Amino acid sequence: MRAFVIAVFAFLYLPIALVVLFSFNAGHHASEFTGFSVQWYGKALANPFLVEALKNSLLIATTSALLAALCGTAAALGLARVSVRTRAVFDALLGAAIVVPGVVIGISTLVALVQLFGVVNPFLASIWPDDQPPRLALGYGSIIAAHGLFSMALVTMIVGTRLGSLDRNLVEASSDLYATPLTTFRSIVLPQILPAVVAGFLLAFTFSFDDFIIAFFVAGAQTTLPIYVFASIRRGVTPEINAIATIVLVASVLLVVLAQWQLRQRKPSN
Amino acid sequence: MHGSRLRKTLLTAMLLGPATAWLVVFLVLPFIAIAVFSVGERAPEGGYQAAFTFAQYANLPARATAFWNTMVLAPVGALACLLVAYPVAYYLALQAPQRWRLILLALVVIPFWTSLLMRTYAWMYVLGGRGIPALLAYIGFEDVRLINTPGAVLLGIVYGYLPLMILPIYVSLERLDRRLLEASADLGATPISTFLGVTLKLSLPGVMTGFSLVMILLLGEYLIPTLLGGGKVFFIGNALVDLFLQSRNWPFGSAIAITLVLVSVVVLIAANRISTRVSGARRVDLI
Repeated sequence: MRAFVIAVFAFLYLPIALVVLFSFNAGHHASEFTGFSVQWYGKALANPFLVEALKNSLLIATTSALLAALCGTAAALGLARVSVRTRAVFDALLGAAIVVPGVVIGISTLVALVQLFGVVNPFLASIWPDDQPPRLALGYGSIIAAHGLFSMALVTMIVGTRLGSLDRNLVEASSDLYATPLTTFRSIVLPQILPAVVAGFLLAFTFSFDDFIIAFFVAGAQTTLPIYVFASIRRGVTPEINAIATIVLVASVLLVVLAQWQLRQRKPSN
Repeated sequence: MHGSRLRKTLLTAMLLGPATAWLVVFLVLPFIAIAVFSVGERAPEGGYQAAFTFAQYANLPARATAFWNTMVLAPVGALACLLVAYPVAYYLALQAPQRWRLILLALVVIPFWTSLLMRTYAWMYVLGGRGIPALLAYIGFEDVRLINTPGAVLLGIVYGYLPLMILPIYVSLERLDRRLLEASADLGATPISTFLGVTLKLSLPGVMTGFSLVMILLLGEYLIPTLLGGGKVFFIGNALVDLFLQSRNWPFGSAIAITLVLVSVVVLIAANRISTRVSGARRVDLI
């Protein structure tokens, strides 16, 4: 059994390790390691298209994760105050947002937005005073919104779970001692759910930063890092992609470890 | 008193408002949009023309290969994931030394949250001409072709979704009351019948959760068949990308997407039924 488990962990990590190793390869060929070098990192970071895609991804991931953390936390707090039936409907929708495959989220958002823009843009053009009305189009906004859907549902569930394990006695004690609801929230509830909110934000960021398929449909003329990498991969494997992959992997691992650490934070005692 | 109740309702509405708007505008409405499209017609220049017809659904056999590949490789892939995942989850939950458990669990969670694109790319590297085939050629097996085969896609599936299968099984095994295992052994059951009658049965909700999640995500998979199947192994995901981004037949694509969602719902319900019937418990929630 132990040997099998060790083999599975090797299976999980060896291919990644190989990509990381070869990102430091001095030679151009993928078959042999000819020496240590960071030249591919330099080449990757000197590529303006790549840097642009990286900036887009960082902007989109940060914005969608922030919005998701805010709306998701608010929703989790709100769900604690509604009837069982309303809650069940909400939970079903949140579950759907998480479980529905990205490809379906991508195409349905694409279809809905294109139809919506088809109505809104002519309308804007008709009421606009000059010849340059704003034109809504796919781009940052649509990627942020589509990523945020999954992320918001995720944050709501993570924070909701934390709220469920909150010590009700503390909340009651607080209000028995004449604390206002706002004070109770700030000094009792918020400190206890904050690690879950932070973890939710980090996971949301990771999700958005890594997502390819949803962005592929709703990106319009924009390029995110995964879209750029996908296009490059289809042209062939190069050491430059190994360098990008290594950067992305290291960033994701750091964020996930940080998120796990936040989730495992003990509740603040006294 | 009345005013404070109104205030409470107002606060609840404010808390839930943004999330509700988000769910309605970016989940419910888009779903309605593709449902409407799926009974429409393709406009001559591509795009959509209003109609009420089931012609798009009748046309589904035109993509039979994609459906066939997906409907075979998704359950086979999920099953292969399960066979690899169960022993790992079992070891983590019941046998791993306490101080190692959290570290090993973290090692399972980390790939789950790292880019599937990058992880699949890693296998392109390993299976590609300069990877394992080059090693095999070195020891005398020339011209072994690994990448761009159904086998490579299956391997990619197991690799990509293994963490998602391990986690729910681990959760259900970890919750298992160990005294039941001792009781079973005390009552003279062999280790095998204890495993089948107690452990496996009680971990079934986790198994079904993992299986249905992996299966549903596989139904919409695009990256793995594209990168490791090299255009030779088409999935429904490939058909959807083609219909929406290349040949622009949105009504037909919508019909395929709706079918995919319906199949997913059937999978979820079936998984729920099985785990309720066998172990009396409902599915395990991941978060």
